[in-house]
Amino acid sequence: MDTLAQQIEHGLAAIAAAATVDALEAQRVALLGKSGVITAELKALGKLPPEERKARGAEVNVAKQTLADAIAARKLTLEGAALAQRLASEGIDISQPGRDGSRGSIHPVTRTLERMTAIFAQLGYSVAEGPEIEDDWYNFEALNFPAHHPARAMHDTFYISSKIGGDGRLLRTHTSPVQIRTLKGATPPLRIIAPGKVYRSDSDQTHSPMFHQVEGLLVDESATFADLKGTLEAFVAAFFGRSLAMRFRPSYFPFTEPSAEVDIRWERSDGSTSWLEVLGCGMVHPNVLKNCDIDPERYTGFAFGMGVERLAMLRYGVTDLRAFFENDVRFLAQFA
Amino acid sequence: MKFSENWLRELVEFPAGHAALVERLTMAGLEVESDEMTGGALDGVIVARIVACDAHPDAGRLHVCRVETGQGEVQIVCGAPNARAGLVAPLATAGAKLPNGITIKPAKLRGVESQGMLCSAKELGIDADASGLMELPADAPAGRSLAAYLGLPDACIELSLTPNRADCLGMVGLADEVAAEFGTRAKRFAAVTVTATLSAPRAISLDASADCPRYLGRSVRGIDMAAVTPVWMAQRLRAAGVNPISVVVDISNYVMLETGQPMHAFDEAKLEGGLVVRRARTGETLTLLDGKAVTLDPGFLVIADGRKPLAVAGVMGGFDSRVTASTRDVFFEAAHFAPAAIMGRARKLGLTTDAAHRFERGVDPALPRLAIERATALLVNIAGGEPGEVIEAVSPEHLPKSMPVTLRRARIQRVLGIMVDDTAVEQIFTALGMLVEPQADGWRITPPSRRFDIAREEDLIEEVARIHGYVAIPARLPAGTPPSPRGDESLLPMPALRAGLAARDYREAVCYAFVDQRLLQTWKLATDAVPLANPLSAELALMRTALLPGLVDALRRNRNRQQTRVRLFESGVVFRQAAGQGEAPIETAMLAAAACGSAAAEQWGEPRRALDFFDVKGDLEALLALSGGPGAWTFDTSDLPPWLHPGRAARILREGQPTGFVGALHPSLQAALEVPETFVFEARLAPMRCRGIPVAKPLPRFPSLRRDIAIEVDESVAWSKVAAAIRSELQTIVNELVLFDCFHGPGLSAGRKSLAIGLILQDGSRTLTDEDADRCVADVVTLLEREFGAKLRG
Repeated sequence: MDTLAQQIEHGLAAIAAAATVDALEAQRVALLGKSGVITAELKALGKLPPEERKARGAEVNVAKQTLADAIAARKLTLEGAALAQRLASEGIDISQPGRDGSRGSIHPVTRTLERMTAIFAQLGYSVAEGPEIEDDWYNFEALNFPAHHPARAMHDTFYISSKIGGDGRLLRTHTSPVQIRTLKGATPPLRIIAPGKVYRSDSDQTHSPMFHQVEGLLVDESATFADLKGTLEAFVAAFFGRSLAMRFRPSYFPFTEPSAEVDIRWERSDGSTSWLEVLGCGMVHPNVLKNCDIDPERYTGFAFGMGVERLAMLRYGVTDLRAFFENDVRFLAQFA
Repeated sequence: MKFSENWLRELVEFPAGHAALVERLTMAGLEVESDEMTGGALDGVIVARIVACDAHPDAGRLHVCRVETGQGEVQIVCGAPNARAGLVAPLATAGAKLPNGITIKPAKLRGVESQGMLCSAKELGIDADASGLMELPADAPAGRSLAAYLGLPDACIELSLTPNRADCLGMVGLADEVAAEFGTRAKRFAAVTVTATLSAPRAISLDASADCPRYLGRSVRGIDMAAVTPVWMAQRLRAAGVNPISVVVDISNYVMLETGQPMHAFDEAKLEGGLVVRRARTGETLTLLDGKAVTLDPGFLVIADGRKPLAVAGVMGGFDSRVTASTRDVFFEAAHFAPAAIMGRARKLGLTTDAAHRFERGVDPALPRLAIERATALLVNIAGGEPGEVIEAVSPEHLPKSMPVTLRRARIQRVLGIMVDDTAVEQIFTALGMLVEPQADGWRITPPSRRFDIAREEDLIEEVARIHGYVAIPARLPAGTPPSPRGDESLLPMPALRAGLAARDYREAVCYAFVDQRLLQTWKLATDAVPLANPLSAELALMRTALLPGLVDALRRNRNRQQTRVRLFESGVVFRQAAGQGEAPIETAMLAAAACGSAAAEQWGEPRRALDFFDVKGDLEALLALSGGPGAWTFDTSDLPPWLHPGRAARILREGQPTGFVGALHPSLQAALEVPETFVFEARLAPMRCRGIPVAKPLPRFPSLRRDIAIEVDESVAWSKVAAAIRSELQTIVNELVLFDCFHGPGLSAGRKSLAIGLILQDGSRTLTDEDADRCVADVVTLLEREFGAKLRG
């Protein structure tokens, strides 16, 4: 029979030679199992005289521990290798696209409207709405456009057919009637914006018969033209993400006075710059406040109106207005 | 308003060059729409007279001209059709460089020497006329520099004037405005008084004196209609975009451009008796100068004589009484028409005229006399003739009066947000020709009669801001506290809905709100549509009654652009006539989507599968889940519209109220629209945005049990009915019902389907035992057998 030392040596060699977890387990059984050689040594201790038993017992336990440690270490190694092999075999081509990852898009006009609404919300403005079919009073009369006034001719108006009792009803030419709808019965202070569709009977490269506007209105006891300038400068800086040179030019709208058109200094891709008109604004005309039963001596206000497509074109580099309404998915897909 | 800058500079001096003038005008509210230089490079171009003009020996179209240059004669070869002996025309001499970049060199043309080039107006950049040589007056001095002779170079500036600034529709008023802008003074426009050399009385009566409170007329007899409009006048007319026509018409137009007062000239021989300014009679007809016959009504004002209407007042003269080449005696008209009497009248006749453009904005009532004297002086000077006396009919009480307006010092600051010193305020109004009377808290300001736009305090404040400069007003954010925000959590924000659809692979579209009537009819959706009175075209004549027709059309157009899988959505308002006559049409906000092509974008991981009803229903349910709790939204098959496939469509209900539809388009409609199989939904937006505010419940304390059953039922048995029956049988014990399989075909008899149902059972008060669960399943099976003829499958 081999000496214990030889058994350890053989055992360690067999453990090292085990190439699989199963082979290792077989070795463990052969060495440390119920009928394993080391177990046999342990069992044999009882047959020894008591004076030898203690020393021999310690030796056998050392041998058992040594082999158990070796098995555990070998097992870790084998498992690690097996895992590495499995991982290697399970590799995939992660460059293939994920399942069902396609996504739609938000229309650039909506995207612009949502941004405008969010910017004005931060300035304390809430959203007000009104109908798209208006009557003459809301669209013109209450906004200080007298009947037949030349300023009306600048609004190429679509009228509702009299066949259905149109009664001068029309497609709103601006979102300004929402000013009237909001002011009537309201008590200032108020700050609203009115985003929405408007209609003018004009169609060419730079005019669409339907487009979008955002009207803004602030009425309180201290609003001034300086506040109007500050508000619009803040908006433009927020919208374009940078301060742009702006200029306010005197203009005329029946429902504001003083009135202004606002240009921004725009740099084109070729580096040239020019003034571009982006909006109209002014101090709310006293007649408008009176038409809504608000005392123009106590309250002043300012209003502004901007074309959403215009701003979207500048922001996103869209060069053809008609693209917004053609709904070509190759265009829409650019605004995820 | 288009004008020659040189003309303006003759009327007012100001310390600014061209660019600074353009900038200042724009920044004072007189927006410069365009400006172009004319006659910019005319060195070496002179006035020359063709002395002789012979055919070129070798070229049929060319002429060989001997041309007097003031320093002897030269030979010029020229191809212009109007080249002829005696013609005075511009000559570009050797070395001249034309505005179009051509440098003139002596040359041989088909073997004949040419010392320069006779030019058209276009070649010289003077105007667009390229039909032949520019014809200069016969008395133009040969040898004189053309630029000096024509007063060039000049700039032609076009203003886009707002309707309130009619005072700038004449050079005299514009000069006053420019003077105020630059702090200088315009030269006083001195009207001459032309003494009458004959008496030509004519009665004028103002029958509508509120509409026409002042009418001046004057005869000039024995004029020479062959007289030529002087070149300086023709030049200024052209710069203003007015083509010279004949001496009388040109003078009328010139005086209008100069003073702002529209004029008219009648052929006096066509007038019969006294004139009357009156409302037109119903059905009265008149042929206008442009040859168009119009039928009038009492909304129009006319100038008439004893027998017939002669002109539509303030709009256009009549054809029969017009000045022609054979006219000897003219009768000038310069009148004041009230804006309200003219507004919209030209438009109603389908016309835009310079006269109506001015009168409807307001013309200075002091101008008619100035204008009629000016026109007479010019006419007598150019075409001779004997002037009669100025005949004036006036109704002083109807003339607009310049009313003083009070301006409070404090109000300036209140509106503009800045203090403007008193002296500056006073200077501004004085410069604008207003009478300024200081008062304790401000001023009393009386505008000149040309300023129709000054009627209230704000009008004055605007003038202060305008002349002081908007740039001088600082920018600051409003001081007041913004109204407190009122977030409404029960209203689902639109961006969330849109983002939900975009996340499910739909692209948002924006379609026109007007649609083609035929398209709506194809969809059987034209009933109660709202028609436009003046659509841009028949294709855009009806307001949409639903979003889908436009959206599916957009889908079709994308298919035509090689897109096979198209998924679009839109939110917007649709329109229907109201039930009651005269009531406002009903507007309803809707949300719609349309999809065609494969269920998923083409990819490697899943088998390709055509889109079906349940894909789109799933997309819809994902949206509905944003707003309603379990059971809030249901589907049934009642009242389906004809545009849907009757077997593959559902009505959408919110708490039992119908809100829209989902399904496959009807195959006949698909064929008519030339679209492939398309699944759609459209529903009212309001119920989709109405969401409850969650009320949290404690989590269940006891475990749940699951039992699965598979049953066979007739195909006509709806899952929703089965589910409802199970729920009503088991009440609260059934926590969740899952339909985890559903199939037809092999193993089943015809007309039957198999449903595999997972029952998730839970009791709020105790742990369910297996026996409890088995009893529930047994009860359910019995129920389903009884109610639906179901058969439990092994």
